[in-house]
Order: sequence, then structure tokens, then C-alpha cells
Amino acid sequence: MGQILNFLIRAVLQGTPLLYGATGEIITEKAGNLNLGIPGIMYVGAISGVMGGFFYNEAVKESVLSFSPVLALLIPFLSCLAGSLLASLIYSFLTITLRANQNVTGLALTTFGVGFGNFFGGSLIKLTGSATPYLSLAKISKVYQSFLPFGSKNGFMVYLAVILAVVAAYMIRRTRLGLQLRAVGESPATADAAGINVTRYKYAATCIGGMIAGLGGLYFIMDYSNGIWQDGGFGDRGWLAIAIVIFAIWRPELAIPGSYLFGGLYILYNRLNVSMQYQPLFQLLPYAVTILVLIIVSVRKKRENQPPASLGLSYFREDR
Amino acid sequence: MSQNAPLALELRHVTKVFGNIVANDDVEMDLRRGEVLAILGENGSGKTTLMNMISGIYHPDSGEIFIGGEHVTIASPKDAFHHGIGMVHQHFKLVDLFTATENIVLGIKKEKFNIKKSAEKVAAIAERYGFVLDPNKKIYEMSVSEKQTVEIIKVLYRGADILILDEPTAVLTPQETEKLFNVIRRMRDDGKSIMIITHKLHEVMAISDRVAVLRKGKHIATVETASTTVNELTEMMVGQRVSLNIKREKLENTEDRLTVSNLNLVSYEGVKILDDVSFTAKSGEILGIAGVAGSGQRELLEIIAGLQSPTDGEIRYLDPQTRQNVDLRSKTPMQIRDLGVRLSFVPEDRLGMGLVGNMDIIDNMMLRSYRKGKTVFVDRQPPKALADKIIDSLQVVTPSAKTAVRKLSGGNVQKVLVGREIAAAPTVLMAAYPVRGLDINSSYMIYNLLNEQKENGVAVIFVGEDLDVLLELCDRILVVCAGRVTGILDGRTAKKEEVGLLMTKAKGGDDHGE
Repeated sequence: MGQILNFLIRAVLQGTPLLYGATGEIITEKAGNLNLGIPGIMYVGAISGVMGGFFYNEAVKESVLSFSPVLALLIPFLSCLAGSLLASLIYSFLTITLRANQNVTGLALTTFGVGFGNFFGGSLIKLTGSATPYLSLAKISKVYQSFLPFGSKNGFMVYLAVILAVVAAYMIRRTRLGLQLRAVGESPATADAAGINVTRYKYAATCIGGMIAGLGGLYFIMDYSNGIWQDGGFGDRGWLAIAIVIFAIWRPELAIPGSYLFGGLYILYNRLNVSMQYQPLFQLLPYAVTILVLIIVSVRKKRENQPPASLGLSYFREDR
Repeated sequence: MSQNAPLALELRHVTKVFGNIVANDDVEMDLRRGEVLAILGENGSGKTTLMNMISGIYHPDSGEIFIGGEHVTIASPKDAFHHGIGMVHQHFKLVDLFTATENIVLGIKKEKFNIKKSAEKVAAIAERYGFVLDPNKKIYEMSVSEKQTVEIIKVLYRGADILILDEPTAVLTPQETEKLFNVIRRMRDDGKSIMIITHKLHEVMAISDRVAVLRKGKHIATVETASTTVNELTEMMVGQRVSLNIKREKLENTEDRLTVSNLNLVSYEGVKILDDVSFTAKSGEILGIAGVAGSGQRELLEIIAGLQSPTDGEIRYLDPQTRQNVDLRSKTPMQIRDLGVRLSFVPEDRLGMGLVGNMDIIDNMMLRSYRKGKTVFVDRQPPKALADKIIDSLQVVTPSAKTAVRKLSGGNVQKVLVGREIAAAPTVLMAAYPVRGLDINSSYMIYNLLNEQKENGVAVIFVGEDLDVLLELCDRILVVCAGRVTGILDGRTAKKEEVGLLMTKAKGGDDHGE
């Protein structure tokens, strides 16, 4: 019993970065932008947070600043948001303003983001002069993990992910903003004719979505990994987040159980004591589940479960 | 309808020019409060341009617009809304996944966001004018007529007093049309002013209080519907015959090449697109097809070419080589093409059918010949020779044969398209709108090409827009209206009014008075 409970908690913790990524991607896709750069943006978010934390640490070491929990929390948090925002802006500018192909741009951004993360991660490790290939921000991590007065094991970002998903779900389903966002993703020409600024909505959705996804990277380092950055440590979690979007049929509220399920499947091999050679088989379980969901959704043919109609397409206003 | 009803809208000397085409020339028109004004005119007579200026999509080059006696400038659709003008376009702008209400409130910023309250308001508007609509139904579950209802209520919800309906009946069944007319009458009785664009004369007679006739961008007259006749309106609409001096050779050795009998096509929505169409195309003759756009011409040609399948009917083809009578319906499009039945269709966007815009002229030639190759590699020599020949003989203006087709001007694209189909030495050549948007010289070159084909014994089917051209070029003219053949006339003796009347004659000859 205790073991099962323990596994479930691990699944939730493992699923939390995925939930950030999935919520961000859903908001982005609702505006019709298929941002395959999300895995890269999560990397950028993570390394930006790490850099913020690292330089704050250095400043404390050199007694320029004194250590305060508020700053230890805010500096990495805001650096993470700024980094992910910049990365999202690259994508937005290319696909919305210049109308570049969304798939190509997204994939390029992911390659860029991963490289960006590993490059600066490596540089920071060099700066510390450490012999080990990782960087530790244990002090800041402690702040993240024990920010809340309750739940000493779960940091506040675990709860924040759920809150963001619920707020996003409410916003999309119940507000005028959400209606207009969905209109942009379904039929930009109709939205345009109705007086909605399509470009502004697409930019806002992509940037806000990217910033939320970036927080997933930050959580992974500061909370889940106890403040330890390791090159490539984030792995393929960004792609899992995109798979969850499909699993959750573009609804943030379904992304919550989806992320925890995927988180659980991702670490299932650990619990089952699977031998090394079969581990990859278990790691592909989330993707198999995604394909299953795709098949079920296609067979049911329900329009509400389909991706936004203009997903992946650039919007050209008709010539008048 | 009172003669002295206050004016809702006045147009004074409105002119709009596109390039060197005058779309609207010094148009004077007024719309009274609480009346239905029909705007009647052929394709290209400037109806839609005029309406677009009223609804703020275009801006007039000169002239003035008054609403309720006040001079206004309508710079955008938003301005038009502000002045109480609402336009219902032919192509609906709706989000399929949203409910009727969600679509109706989309973009409204003034009122508090409350879908439930809005749905009640939508239901109240529907109730008031006799629309049948479930405010919570999703658009993708709706029929065309319901979608149109959503568009009209959308305009009313925003408080429009002047409604412009662009060919609202084009997509409706006769029963739905009747329902729409009842709604229009109730809106009129409620004090709304309605402009309805149409080219169906019997509908004009049925619904309108007055009719404004446009021809070639000019406002010909506005008359009281009660005091005019269908014949008078037709005359005003088509005007006097203009001589174009297109050569027309005598017919020689004609034989029945293509026989179409009892062809029917019913659309997905249950609308009859083709209704019992029968005709024969003869070799060595140009058969013209006249009709307002969207009367089923495109579908007819596509069915003959094998690109669509009809609901029922028969198409037989007499092969001049084997003297065999072939059933075309059992053939694939490729087999039909190999028999010598060629289609060159020039759609509105020119590059939509038949040519690939990003490929060069040679590659576009190859689209028709790549199967002839014997190895896995393509042989670019024959298509290159063909491309050069077409460029040379048809005087296609292009930097080279290796220029992407989309970079050519419209007329040159059309020459490439028609030239390629002619090069295959067809036995039946179907050309739809081959002179659309062309200047005079290019048009004549295309006419000459078609005449040449006719002299070679090809059965030419020419779908045209300009009645004067059809009357001078074609040996026989098949007139279609709403998917029905309303007459086959001899091109040498037919009168323009006669064709015009047949084009607008929707059901039988007896339901719109003589």
C-alpha cells in the first residue's frame, strides 16, 4: 500500500513538468500555432532559471547581496520567464509575422533550445571549476521545495501547475477571451472579420504558452532534481508534453490526469525492476498510449475532440 | 409601399475603378425605409462591388453616401456596422465548432459576456422575425439554410437597419427560399430596409418592392416592381447587342461527338446542381454554354471529364477513330483524357485547376506527358519543345520556359493552360471561362484558337460569361439556369434578350408571368 502511494506521488512529481509543457502548448495551439519548439523552450526556461540562480549565488558569495529566500525564489523564476519569453518570441516572429512554416520553425527552435541549454550549462559548470559534470544550486532548491508551510516534500510549483491548468481551462471554455482565442485557432478569417486582432492573439497565446512551458523546465531543476543541472538531464520530457496535448484532446483540465499518467508510465520500469535491456520498451509506453488515444478519437469522429481547425497554418488576410 | 417613405440610404455619383476596369460608373441609387430593393444585373455588372462599398469593404473613388440624410464615410466594415448596415455574404464567415450564439456574439465587446443571456436574445430575434433556429446548435450540424439564418441574425443582433443580402437564394432549395422570403417580408414590415442581390427574375418579382438594374457598372434604372415586367427587366439587364467581329466559319461535316442524356447531380445538402441535363456536342462546332455563374456549368464539365460522378444520367462518346460508341461514365479521368476529351478550366483564381503555380512551364507541360516515359527517369525534351512552341505560337510573355507559372500574368497563364490542352490534339475541347480577365487582344487570340480547333473537327464546348461573345463565337448556345437546360439556341439567329430571359428562368416558363 505504502509502495503504491509512494509510486503515485513519484508519478505526480514526474508529471508536473509535463503538465507545465502541456498547458503551455494547449494555449498556444488553441490560437492555431503548433509550437514544436516547446521542448526547446523548456530547456531554455530551465537554463535561464539556473543562470539567474547561479549569478545570484555568486553575488551572495562575493557578499554583494545577502541571501534572502524571496530573491532566491524570484530571480530564477523571473529569469526563467524572460528566457522562455524570448524563445517564444523567436517562434512567434518567424511564424506569425513572417509566416514561416510552423513545423520547421518549431523543430529548429527545439534543436536550438537544447543546444542553448547544454552550452550555457556547460559554461556554468566550467565557471565553478568543478570536476563533476553537473552544477548544484542546493540552497536555492531548498527555497523552492520548502516555500509552502505544508507538504514539505512537494514544492509550490507542483500546485502552481495544477492551478495554471485549471485557470487555462476556465479561460478557454468560459470567458470572452477564450471564445475569441478559440475563434482565432479555428477560423482566423472569421475572427478577423469579427474585429478580433488575430496577430495579437497569436502572439499572446504563443508567448504566454511558452512562458508556462518554460516553468516546467525550472520546476524540473529547482524542485524535482534538487537544484542540480546536468547537460541533457531534462531528456525528452518536452516531447511527452506535446503528446499529452493530443492525449488531453486540447483540454487543460484533462492534461492534469494525462500528465500524471504519463509521469507514472515514464518511471514504471523503476518500480517493476525491469532489467536494463527492456527499459526502452517501457519508456515508449506514453507514446503508445498517445497513439491509442489518436485512434480512439479518430474512430469516434467527434468534432469537439479534433485539433483546432487552422492548427499549423499561417494566416493570410484575404486581399480586399 | 409609400412613395414618400424616408430614405434610409442614398448613393450619389458613386464611382469605383479597378486598374482600367470601371466597376461602378456614376451610380445613383436610393433605398427607402421599410422596403425590399432588388439589385439586378449580370455577372460583372458591378452589383457586388457596389454592395462592398456600402458595407465598407471597398472605398468609392468618388461620389457620396448618405445614411438617413447624413453624409457618411464608410471606411471599414466596423464603420458600416456603426451606421446600422449589415451585409450577409454568399460565403458564410462562421466558426464551425461554435454554437449559433457563440458565433453571433463573437467580436462584440460592448455587452457583458454571458452566453446564456445572449442565447435568449438570439431566440427572441428569431421569434420576432419567424426564423427557425436553435441558438445552441453547433454550426457543423447545420444545413446551409440554417447557417444563413445565423449570418442574418448576427447582423440583426448588432442592430442593423439596412441589410444587404448577396445572392441569398443561390444555395437554398425552393422551400427554403420561400421561408427566407417570408422572413424578409417580416423584416421589411418591421421597418428594416433590405437590399437583395440576385439575378433570378422570378425572385425579383416575388420579393422586391423596387428593382435597381445595373449593367456594366452603370445604373440603368430603378423601377417599381409592380409596374414592370420580366421582359422589360431582361432588356434593361442585357442591353443592346454589341458587335465584336469575331469570325465564325460555316459548319462542315459535323457529327454527334458527345451525347449527354438526363444527367442529374444532387449536392450533399440535397440541392439539385444539375437537373435532367441533355445535349449533344458536335464535331466541328462550338457549343456555347450560357448561364449565370454557379448554374452548374463547372460540375457539368467536371462530370464529362470524369472528375465528379453524377447522381444519374448517361454520357456517350463517339470515337472518331474506332467509330465506337463509348460510355464515358465507366472510364477513369485518365482514360477519358486519352480518348481525346480535354478540359481546360479557368477558375476564378486561374491557378486553381490544371496548372501548378510553383512549377515552370515545362514541368506543367509534363503533368500531361510524364506517363509516356519508358524509364523511371523523366524525359524533359518533348515537354520543353512543347513549352517553347506554345510560348512562340501563342506569344506567351515570359522570361523563359523555366519561369514558374505563378509569376506570369493572368492572360499568359490562360494561354499556357489552353495551349497545353490543344497541343494534345483533342477531339472534344472544353474551355471554361478561357478569356476571364484577359485584355481584348489576348481574348481574340483565344477565340481564334478555338475557331482553329473547330475547323480541325474538334467538338468545342465553350463556357462563357459575356453574352455578346457567346452570340458571335458559338454555333449553338446551350442556356442553363439553376442546373436546368432552359434552351438550346442557334448562335446565328439568337437574340440577346432571348438568352438573357432563358438564363434567369428558374422553373418552367409559367410561374413568373408573361
